[in-house]
Amino acid sequence: MKHISRTTLIFLGSIVTFTLVVQVLISLGVLSPFWNTILRQGAVMAIVGLGLNLIYGFNGQFSLGQWGFYAIGAYSAADITYRWTNDANSNGLTVLFFTILLVGASILILYRVFGKIRGVDPLSAFAIYLIAAVGLTALAVSIGNLTAPAVNAILKALPTNIANTLVYLLAVIIGGILAAEVSFLFGLPVLTLGSDYFGIATLGFTIIVKVLLDNSDVMFGFVEMKGARGMIGIPKLTSWIWVMLFLILVIVITRNLLHSSYGRAIISVREDEIAAKAMGIDIGHYKTLTFVLGCLFAGLAGGLYAHINGFLHPDSFNFIKSFDPMIIVVFGGLGSVTGTVFAAFAWQLVLEGILRSILPPGFETWRYVVYPLLLLVMMLLKPNGLFGNYEIPYLRQVLPPLKKPATETQTPAAKESL
Amino acid sequence: MNRSEPIRKAPSFLESLVQRRTLGYLLLGLVLLVAIWRLGNALLENPSLFLQQVTNGLQIGFVYALIALGYTMVYGIVRLINFAHGDVFMVGAFTSFYAISRIQLHLWTRALFPDLNPFIADVIGTISVVLLSMAVCALLAVTIERVAYKPLRNAPRISALITAIGVSFFLEYFGALNFVYTANYITYRRPFDVITWVIGDQGVQVLQKGQEVPAGAIIFSNISFIIIVVSIILLVLLQYFVKNTRTGKAMRATAYDRQTARLMGVDVDATISTTFAIGAALAGAAGVLYAIAYPQVVFWMGIIPGLKAFVAAVLGGIGSIPGAVVGALILGQAETLSAAYISTPMRDAIAFSILIIVLLVRPTGIFGEAQREKA
Amino acid sequence: MSEQTSTQTRQSRSNGQEILRIEGLTKLFGGLKAVNNFSLSLNKGDLNGLIGPNGAGKTTVFNMITGVYVPTSGSIRFNGQEIAGLEPHKINQMGIARTFQNIRLFSNLTVLDNVRIAYHPHAGYSLTDAIFHNSRYKENERILTERAQEFLAVFNLQDRQHEIAKNLPYGEQRRLEIARALAAEPKLLLLDEPAAGMNPAESVALMDLIHFIRERFDLTILLIEHQMRVVMGICEYITVMDFGEVIARGTPAEIQANPRVVEAYLGPGSAALSEKFRRKRTL
Repeated sequence: MKHISRTTLIFLGSIVTFTLVVQVLISLGVLSPFWNTILRQGAVMAIVGLGLNLIYGFNGQFSLGQWGFYAIGAYSAADITYRWTNDANSNGLTVLFFTILLVGASILILYRVFGKIRGVDPLSAFAIYLIAAVGLTALAVSIGNLTAPAVNAILKALPTNIANTLVYLLAVIIGGILAAEVSFLFGLPVLTLGSDYFGIATLGFTIIVKVLLDNSDVMFGFVEMKGARGMIGIPKLTSWIWVMLFLILVIVITRNLLHSSYGRAIISVREDEIAAKAMGIDIGHYKTLTFVLGCLFAGLAGGLYAHINGFLHPDSFNFIKSFDPMIIVVFGGLGSVTGTVFAAFAWQLVLEGILRSILPPGFETWRYVVYPLLLLVMMLLKPNGLFGNYEIPYLRQVLPPLKKPATETQTPAAKESL
Repeated sequence: MNRSEPIRKAPSFLESLVQRRTLGYLLLGLVLLVAIWRLGNALLENPSLFLQQVTNGLQIGFVYALIALGYTMVYGIVRLINFAHGDVFMVGAFTSFYAISRIQLHLWTRALFPDLNPFIADVIGTISVVLLSMAVCALLAVTIERVAYKPLRNAPRISALITAIGVSFFLEYFGALNFVYTANYITYRRPFDVITWVIGDQGVQVLQKGQEVPAGAIIFSNISFIIIVVSIILLVLLQYFVKNTRTGKAMRATAYDRQTARLMGVDVDATISTTFAIGAALAGAAGVLYAIAYPQVVFWMGIIPGLKAFVAAVLGGIGSIPGAVVGALILGQAETLSAAYISTPMRDAIAFSILIIVLLVRPTGIFGEAQREKA
Repeated sequence: MSEQTSTQTRQSRSNGQEILRIEGLTKLFGGLKAVNNFSLSLNKGDLNGLIGPNGAGKTTVFNMITGVYVPTSGSIRFNGQEIAGLEPHKINQMGIARTFQNIRLFSNLTVLDNVRIAYHPHAGYSLTDAIFHNSRYKENERILTERAQEFLAVFNLQDRQHEIAKNLPYGEQRRLEIARALAAEPKLLLLDEPAAGMNPAESVALMDLIHFIRERFDLTILLIEHQMRVVMGICEYITVMDFGEVIARGTPAEIQANPRVVEAYLGPGSAALSEKFRRKRTL
């Protein structure tokens, strides 16, 4: 075993303990299914929030589109497991698998090719990516349908539980990657826009996705999604343990990324784009990278969310909801991973749990009157969020010790007061 | 002199393909072509129906324009996307609803001067209702600005944005409470009777109740007329105000550079409040007009028009007053035409696709000033 | 003074190895000719100045060399390679670094991180290494950090390494910006008004610093400066711009004697003074 630092051990130890204690409480029935759902949704929101915090808090790109990618992840993952559990058919899985595989490969190859060309026009590049993606998706549909029977046979040979879990996990991951690939295509031209305009364009994306979902059955032939009536019959496979595993994974990835040179490059884009460029940072690359990664998280969260309640409705992907991750991230403190995770749970617990249970009967409608008031008070008292940029030790940047190197030639200016 | 030659190879085909914008424009052009082809067909098939749609689009476009101005002015001066603006519009509609159904404000002239020409009485009554809504909305907006936004003027911009979302939620859900507006749809009574004219082969005629609309004719009602006339009057007044009055100049100065404006003796706080008040007054007027056109009010009615108006403001170039009007008129047309001829359920998606496409071609909107990086 | 004679003077002093050659560089902003037919040549080891009244187009020239603006026409060759129109980060990676007129540090990051960001193109580990925090990440991150710390020591900023950049005093911020620009070991350094906002004593210290880094890092330096004391004190050769065009070239002595320059820029001996009251533009 390689050396693991103390803070890492403490962090992992405490979060695993927390997860297990909650799991025990759930198993013993101390935590009712109502609170169980709220906790799982809190973890899901934390994942979405961490994605947005990467994009907005660390990279400085004002994205209101997380909810759209969340929806993509949710619906695509749900479609895969729905087809498997209800029709015993894995064609959803195979088609989407080959789609993400082929489209992903085309994106990687084209990105490498375009990287060598000076002065690539994002819109024209987008056109090429789009043509490739559409063509390959069509190809993937045929390959997927061809291979589905074989995959069916393999999955049926496995014990039901294992097969279901396997399909579920693959569905969540495929949903996330699909969201990430869509975010790449969408982000390519849109990331060139200035801050507020980028926000508006991503808000537009959320609304477009919602409208597409409203019409998913009639216009696009996804009968099982049932369009504006809402999709039902999705297996409820997201347990507390699964959602926490994904959350821990996302936290560790975020933390490791941020504490590397790549993370510093991402942050430098937020700090000063022009200076970053002048320091040799390819800001377009890092904006895209961060956006795709953040949307991957949103997509994963969507897939997890879809399997909590077992139903999805386009109204849950309304643009008004797309402010929720933003509110959570700002609440927790922009650029604080700790804050985002804390705020996501707190937000879910307060809004869905505590406000619901403490308001006297007949006053349920007051929930959304109290909530904005809380929001206002919070913003007036702590405009920088609960945590500012505080991090728990594990998430904090390890500061290298002050080292006095052997006497170097020092600047003459250093001796005088410059 | 012995110098290495410049290394600048002639670009290959693929290189020149992605270096130029041609391919991107080709893609956008293709989309545009399909839309034009579709609309052109519709125009040739049934010109009067097409014209009817354009009139409808104009009507909704002007309502959007009035709301969009509030967004654009506030953004111009404090760089805040005031998400509560759509709800101020809703309050405007509800104010007029109560003014008409509870205190019968629109009838005050008839009550005081029974001999007055009923037409003039209607006009004055309607104007009173509009003015009341404008005043209430202005007051509301100034209160919101003072309570919620002003304390955050030096905080990060995102805090003010979140606050705006909070105010928006509050206005909606407070309105939804049972002792306020309730959460139901409420039928709206217009302050005047609808007169519909038929413009067709036999010239302009008043459409009688129960009469069929003759084929090939266009209907035009006094509702459209009022909306268009009131909007144009307000727009002209606004333009005059911003360009020619002292306060208007202070607004422009503050929008341009707040610190310098303050040094030049502009009362920046008062100017910002005025901007909020004017924007909200226009939204209030828009609320009345919208309710007259679509006679139903409900607590969340401001969300979608607010969002559309916001899109219009961005489309035209946020911060620009003519931009907001042009953007709103384009959006009004795009919306009615795409609903009529392309796909009704996809209407909102089309509106936003247009927005994104315009931004890709002109990153700061149609009338927006180009942002130039300065190192 | 004609172009020809100036080029000759130039060649007599150079060691012959040309590092930067700009020819016919032009930039239009709408109808405005910000820079018109600008040319310049730098040899390895030069320390040259670019001066001119406000709005003469000096910073625009810098922006074109560093790729912030794409030139309307003309060529910029760096070590024989055409760089006009390349993206800024690629130009930086080829070996041209710059500082900014109004300091542009990553102001919410620590002093150490400011320097470490400049090392990023040479990080030595991949994104995957970073996500797994594997041994390659750890090794390279350690090396990178040590190099950055040694580098800060050169600029006597090592005690400040954990401070947030925006909390540094002004002079140290300038020093950090120069340190950051040099971290990636460029061959050519462009300094945009390094002495802006400095008092005479600070300017003298700055001049020493510029001399020092030139020797220490084997640099070629081109600087824009308004403080005549600095320009005349350290530059070996000066190019003067006005209204986007080159109006004179020569040694400091030649420039001071040039009637066109005096007319356009120095005025009756008070230009340097008036420049002090120049309004600082903030972004």
